Amino acid sequence: MNTGDNGFVLLCAALVFFMTPGLAFFYGGLVRRKNVVNTMMACAGIMGLSVVMWVLFGFSLSFGADHGGIIGGLEYLCLNGLDFNEVSSYAPTLSSFTFVIFQMMFAMITPALITGAVAGRMRYKALFLFIALWSLVVYYPMAHMVWGAGGFLAELGAVDFAGGNVVHISSGVSGLTLAILLGRRSGLEHTSYRVHNIPFVFLGAAMLWFGWFGFNAGSALAANGLAAHAFLTSAVASGAALLSWMLIDVIRDGKPTLVGASTGLVVGLVAITPGAGFVPVWSAVIIGLLVSPICCFTMSFLKKKLKIDDALDAFGCHGVGGIWGGIATGLFARSDINSVARWNGLVYGETGLFTAQVISIVVTIAVALVGTLICIGITRAVTKLRVEHKDELLGLDVTQHGESAYPSFNGFD
Amino acid sequence: MMYKVEAIIREEKLEDVKAALHAIEVNGVTAYQVMGFGAQRGYKTVVRGQEIDVMLVPKIKLEIVVSSEEWKEKTIRAIQEVARTGEFGDGKIFAYEITDAVKIRTGESGYDALQSSDEG
Repeated sequence: MNTGDNGFVLLCAALVFFMTPGLAFFYGGLVRRKNVVNTMMACAGIMGLSVVMWVLFGFSLSFGADHGGIIGGLEYLCLNGLDFNEVSSYAPTLSSFTFVIFQMMFAMITPALITGAVAGRMRYKALFLFIALWSLVVYYPMAHMVWGAGGFLAELGAVDFAGGNVVHISSGVSGLTLAILLGRRSGLEHTSYRVHNIPFVFLGAAMLWFGWFGFNAGSALAANGLAAHAFLTSAVASGAALLSWMLIDVIRDGKPTLVGASTGLVVGLVAITPGAGFVPVWSAVIIGLLVSPICCFTMSFLKKKLKIDDALDAFGCHGVGGIWGGIATGLFARSDINSVARWNGLVYGETGLFTAQVISIVVTIAVALVGTLICIGITRAVTKLRVEHKDELLGLDVTQHGESAYPSFNGFD
Repeated sequence: MMYKVEAIIREEKLEDVKAALHAIEVNGVTAYQVMGFGAQRGYKTVVRGQEIDVMLVPKIKLEIVVSSEEWKEKTIRAIQEVARTGEFGDGKIFAYEITDAVKIRTGESGYDALQSSDEG
């Protein structure tokens, strides 16, 4: 065990943990004032649920002995058989518990991302049940397939440094599926769904950015040069995406917006996540600059043309940004930066990695789609998915939680 | 004769009432968030395990000034139709005669002040 590596990754785990409350503020600011408690409560509930599930059986199913390349075994139930004085089989310089803790935070933020798609209309109890099922049916198998020993996407040669497939594409696609099945928020055509608290949005985005350094740099699983490289590519991709979203705002409306800048920095981080420890720094600038126009286009297309109400753009940000990030990794990755990549990217004339990346993206989308349909089917059999129309109009804060976020302030949204 | 119509409605009915007033082409609405009680007499809630008596419940109050008896009736009817659920707490509508109105931008008063101008 290396105390430097161990200490670094433990701190990174705490940074990743901070992303979920950050997401609560990011999403909470974006919704209407009558739904902010409900939106934050979705993240808060998951913070409890994911930790307990992870320790009881999640870690074992994700990182236990391989079964068919799809899922891990049951030998580490309740972390049985893991000795914190022993090193992890996944990270030779870390305590086995450090690896469990770091991965636990990923199992927390991922389902929380989905909740943005369903904001403002899903029954809290149904969402809670759905998330528990989703972790079991989609997240643990995905984590195993990509990161677990013997997982078939890793065997294929696809690379995913910090979770582009596992975290972002899976949550984005699942959010989109759920949003379609749940239906649109009522009166979307004639009601103003304004952002109710822009400082909250920026606070949340800043917490996400801060935490994301732990997410990406920590995924090196050691306090080494690769961690510094991932830290830097994350910073520069995010900065570039922030700038390109500002530019979109200026071109379209003449004024840069704080909501736009916050969204830009987040999609930049999404896009660099799979490649952070594989692509050269110069390419991170390109990845960041391009992700904002790609995501912005999808969001307006989905909402206007397809009339799908992905309320807070879980798919628009994480699904699309993650897909672009996975493709960009196949374009720009270099095996001399990280030898986990068996081939160089497409821009250097090799096709192996690019093909593997595309296959892994398609598999991720398929798993997320099918898994989400199963989870929704079970949830629907047990309880109603959507709140009553009257409760939706009154707001989910009061009707789902009996709490009002701003009892003494005025406002109609 | 000009009239002011005041409607105290359920929070969740605001969007519907707004749409109904828009449909009959009312020229202006002022909305307030208000607290009050009627036949409901509030409700009880629990905060961190302690019971709290909430006497005043949040409502929305709308004010519309119209230029004739006919418009007053039309406005009241439009609100009453969509704001009604049949449960206690649907609210009330009041109407008053008012003596004058002045449009600040142009200085027009009375009937003229309540008309929307072409360039507006």
